Amino acid sequence: MSPKTLYDKIWDAHLVHEAEDGTSLLYIDRHLVHEVTSPQAFEGLRMAGRSVRAPDKTIAVPDHNVPTTAGREDPKNMTEDSAIQVAALDSNAKEFGIHYYPVSDVRQGIVHIVGPEQGWTLPGMTVVCGDSHTATHGAFGALAHGIGTSEVEHVLATQTLIQSKSKNMKVEITGKLRPGVTAKDITLSVIGKTGTAGGTGYVIEYCGEAIRDLSMEGRMTVCNMAIEGGARAGLIAPDEKTFEYVKGRPHAPKGAQWEAALNWWKTLYSDDDAHWDKVVTIKGEDIAPVVTWGTSPEDVLPITAEVPAPDSFEGGKVGAAQRSLDYMGLKPGQKLSDIEIDTVFIGSCTNGRIEDLRAAAEILKGKKIAVKRAMVVPGSGLVRAQAEEEGLADIFKEAGFEWRLAGCSMCLAMNPDQLSPGERCAATSNRNFEGRQGRGGRTHLMSPAMAAAAAVTGKLTDVREMM
Amino acid sequence: MEKFEKLTGIAAPMPLMNIDTDMIIPKQFLKTIKRSGLGANLFDEMRFDDNGDEIPDFVLNKPQYREAEILVAGDNFGCGSSREHAPWALKDFGIKAVISTSFADIFYNNCFKNGILPIVLPREAVDVLMKDAEKGSNARMTVDLENQVVTTSDGESFAFEVDSFKKHCLLNGLDDIGLTMEKAEAIDTFESQAEQSRPWV
Repeated sequence: MSPKTLYDKIWDAHLVHEAEDGTSLLYIDRHLVHEVTSPQAFEGLRMAGRSVRAPDKTIAVPDHNVPTTAGREDPKNMTEDSAIQVAALDSNAKEFGIHYYPVSDVRQGIVHIVGPEQGWTLPGMTVVCGDSHTATHGAFGALAHGIGTSEVEHVLATQTLIQSKSKNMKVEITGKLRPGVTAKDITLSVIGKTGTAGGTGYVIEYCGEAIRDLSMEGRMTVCNMAIEGGARAGLIAPDEKTFEYVKGRPHAPKGAQWEAALNWWKTLYSDDDAHWDKVVTIKGEDIAPVVTWGTSPEDVLPITAEVPAPDSFEGGKVGAAQRSLDYMGLKPGQKLSDIEIDTVFIGSCTNGRIEDLRAAAEILKGKKIAVKRAMVVPGSGLVRAQAEEEGLADIFKEAGFEWRLAGCSMCLAMNPDQLSPGERCAATSNRNFEGRQGRGGRTHLMSPAMAAAAAVTGKLTDVREMM
Repeated sequence: MEKFEKLTGIAAPMPLMNIDTDMIIPKQFLKTIKRSGLGANLFDEMRFDDNGDEIPDFVLNKPQYREAEILVAGDNFGCGSSREHAPWALKDFGIKAVISTSFADIFYNNCFKNGILPIVLPREAVDVLMKDAEKGSNARMTVDLENQVVTTSDGESFAFEVDSFKKHCLLNGLDDIGLTMEKAEAIDTFESQAEQSRPWV
């Protein structure tokens, strides 16, 4: 047998049909659904008189525009249009008989945090969701990617997706990370190197000692932003850490099925002599704590650097960088660590897990915020409960952070958590696009520890100085 | 789905790179449960100021580009979120084809589901087409899907590649759920085999 990559193996195991031109029908093991990209898909099913083919493999949770403040179970406490979308998901979940975690359920949270937490996401699976950050689930060695609403409807109706195969890209992070450097710094640094279109047409497999050393939470952070690098999906081969994380979760296999699953999962790695269409290697020791300065996730620099001059770039990036600096209100040559921050947002499917909250709390312990406002939005009700049990919530609250309920919140600002024009935010989320966190809002992406450090000093800060 | 065969129309130049889906349709307009009506808010934050008035400099607000049916855009068009609201907004505005050196994967696929043709061409070709688009409404560009050719107002032609299945669906306006339903037997067979080999799924 010819050597295969992990992506090849998962692809082959899910191939239902392949046409002569390579157009393939892939079977989908898990379909995650949220309120924003699904109503038109369910409406399409109704119009065509179709049902959901595999309701047991379909899991829905409202997350994008739910408020993160108390009393949100009452629709009157949501904006009217948000309440309509959440109500539509409620009724669609009932009508089509799919698994559902309503806002009143402690297990509710961001769909990409709920899936792994509940054991829906398992190694070797195909996982899709009408959300680009579905790439997160690749941390388990699952082929996971975002789809549009038409494809959501297609998967609901057929449990398959029409796909053409992507190319294989290997991103290796060798050796050890230095103190203060996290999974977020890895994933941002990769995008800084390859650009936001560097992964277009590829599925990325992240490997190397620094990736192996990451916890499952860290691996999810890395894979989450594969999409910001343009890739269809990010993957990390499952190992003992993966199995340990999955074991005992509500929807993970048990008993004899666990053993059978484990046997197969242990075959899920790229063969030594597998073919890679593109390889990127970064030394772990070369990665520094980073922040973004512009309005594209590729605008990444170490915190010790200065705002770059637009003419230091080439081609279309010169104009794009100038536009970014105008939008961000920054001048070339300004030290990144001199940039003052108004707001801090800790949360999102990138960094809303327990480990992220621990890392931020570690920096905040016994300190007070020096920014106008700061909020923590745990990724799920269970993450929130655990953080309360561990005493993290008290650390955040004593430091001056707002302690919110679970949801996507200010990552995309569809709910009331938004920036005002010109408001500058240190955010642990994934996109710094113009207007992403609110019209005119200015976003700097970074790790939870770096965001916490910024909260304490009131400006972008090298977390290593506080360790 | 509406068919796409051949289109001759005004092309609007948008040379900015990394035009993301938040720019194409900002999140406040995703709170709809319909597919229609999003054209009014296409490129909302670039097109309108804080008072909701048109920003005259924005390309689609200029008189010569209000009827544009083609966009010629900078690298990596459509990056960001999976929101199909982006092609819905483009289509609702009247855009039927977008030309760039590269597109983000999910956006690219979403276009085909909505009768929009995204065309990838080398930089030299996009540069020529961008110049042609800058001529305004007197210059009509032609996109011919059947023959896979884009032709400038001066008659200069550029051949482009497109996946044969996607082309077939777009030319005939086919609903791919219906096509997949025809393979129900293969899906049934796969499912029963998978129940044996991966019963935990």
